[in-house]
Amino acid sequence: MTKELMKGNEAFAEAAVRAGVEGFFGYPITPASEFLEYMAKRMPELGRAFLQAESEVAAINMVYGAACAGKRTLTATSSPGISLMSEGLSYIAGTEVPAVVVNVMRGGPGLGNIAPSQSDYNQMVKGGGHGDYFPIVLAPATVQEAIDYITLAFDLAEKYRSLVYIIVDGNLGQMMEPAELPPMRKLLEEPPEWSVYGAKDREPHILTSIYIDPPDEEVTNIRLLKRWMEVEKNEIRYKEYDLEDAEIAIISFGVAGRVALSAVRTAREEGIKVGLLRPITVAPFPKEAIAELSKRVRRILVVEMNTGQMLEDVKQAVAGRAPIEFYGRIGGITPLPDEILEEIRRVNQNSGEMVDGMEKVEWLERLEARIERGE
Amino acid sequence: MAMNLVYTRPESLTKTTTHYCPGCTHGVAHRLVAEVLDEMGIREKAIGVAPVGCSVFAYNYFNHDFVEAAHGRAPAMATGIKRVRPENTVYTYQGDGDLASIGMAEITHAAIRGENITVIFINNAIYGMTGGQMAPTTLPGMKTTSSPLGRDVEMMGYPVRMVEMLATIDGTSYAVRRSLHNPANIRKAKKAIRRAFEVQEHGLGFAIVELLSSCPTNLKLTPNEALDFLADQMVPYYPLGDYKVQAEVKAIRV
Repeated sequence: MTKELMKGNEAFAEAAVRAGVEGFFGYPITPASEFLEYMAKRMPELGRAFLQAESEVAAINMVYGAACAGKRTLTATSSPGISLMSEGLSYIAGTEVPAVVVNVMRGGPGLGNIAPSQSDYNQMVKGGGHGDYFPIVLAPATVQEAIDYITLAFDLAEKYRSLVYIIVDGNLGQMMEPAELPPMRKLLEEPPEWSVYGAKDREPHILTSIYIDPPDEEVTNIRLLKRWMEVEKNEIRYKEYDLEDAEIAIISFGVAGRVALSAVRTAREEGIKVGLLRPITVAPFPKEAIAELSKRVRRILVVEMNTGQMLEDVKQAVAGRAPIEFYGRIGGITPLPDEILEEIRRVNQNSGEMVDGMEKVEWLERLEARIERGE
Repeated sequence: MAMNLVYTRPESLTKTTTHYCPGCTHGVAHRLVAEVLDEMGIREKAIGVAPVGCSVFAYNYFNHDFVEAAHGRAPAMATGIKRVRPENTVYTYQGDGDLASIGMAEITHAAIRGENITVIFINNAIYGMTGGQMAPTTLPGMKTTSSPLGRDVEMMGYPVRMVEMLATIDGTSYAVRRSLHNPANIRKAKKAIRRAFEVQEHGLGFAIVELLSSCPTNLKLTPNEALDFLADQMVPYYPLGDYKVQAEVKAIRV
């Protein structure tokens, strides 16, 4: 296979097609719309279902239906769309059917803007919809990774009968870069054993998320939690860069992590012993890897394109073993490598204690000074 | 003397004790759907979509595959199923709060798309499961727990006539209203349900049958009084009849 130059959203859509998706249901929203547009021509070519729904509310419930029918299905949207889908996502989780959702994230809250952001971290990782459930969340940093994780997402969704989210920073959806697409995968030949396809020569299958008797719901919650514990045991993924001898560790996901890597490379040339841990699964979170890392580095710098949402998970994993600093750009702004390089240099000089919470106060001072300087 | 079996449980119904209140017409509507599925021989490929409301547990009574939708979203869920499994017979069973209030967008757009699904719409003018609140179809002046002084249309809006509205949509092939208040009307209702499923089997698009139904518990009436309420109060506001029957649908012999 050779690499092709493709726009992110279109490449992700083709990756979904090749992963064997048989039903796409979506609603236009910037910066995710090209995914829908690509599917609009591609799916009918293959005789597969494409539908532009009347809303994200309807789109996710169509995905829910197709998932119950035992077909690979997904939707792609952007942040406000996820808010609307939250109801359906909770039902999908409660019914234990596999589905994949791509969130090409933009700035918020509210209508916000259409620039890249990571401000949906909490919404995606901590749930979003009501009830006790645990979606798997994958965070690619390149178009290629996003392509690869779409196939992985369907495999995980089917293995654990789970919701899998791919959180794509808006930049990746909109940028073009060379990437290799996977070969076309065979469609599911037989309907999954649990799905609805007609009760011929068997007992009816009922797919529901209602357990009116609390003990039944409790058992269901336990089943979901135990399944999640299996996911935590088997599916944690992250990438490490230059961490072998690192004294400073950056922890950063998605595009922020990619920009941070550029800064790490430059800082290394300057002789600063810095490395990067980039979670691929932000849920399940690489807690143990970060805990281990915190035992051998002098200082940790968390970099995000939000106000420090993953920071809370890092803090929990580090449990006070190393001082943690934070740097973020927000509102739809992507940090530049030089900004992060500056942060690395600063952190490298800093050996003081860090009182919990001060990392944000200090970051805001630096950020506001930067904004003042017009940077 | 030989005995002839003239009445039995349809194969499409399970042997389940009802949870519906005495005098509620859900049981009648369930049975009609089940008889139609049996008579058409489509039980084995039927997939029902249950709503949120009293019939949330409809799937306990039907002997075929079923899913349970979020409140109002049954037509979207049915769309998802039908689009990836066009060979199956997919229908929703929805109440008035589900279909005409929270699910107004989903039902309307399913009709707009001419979605090839069948919709059974139970209109009893009240929210049953949550305890008798005002429904989008509650009659003017009617007292409910959330319109304790009676529905004031100036403040709370007017009851909605769904099949008339849906009949204006090009994608709708079949939109009719029937009532379940006496045997003659029940027979007519069954015929309409049959036609609504035939529409789907012939690939003719969106079909909806509205069934005026009774809720004695929340109307605070005896079962017989509740049926009288249907005939005397509901039917005048929601006239029975065929609001849209496309030519191809008319041609189907039922």
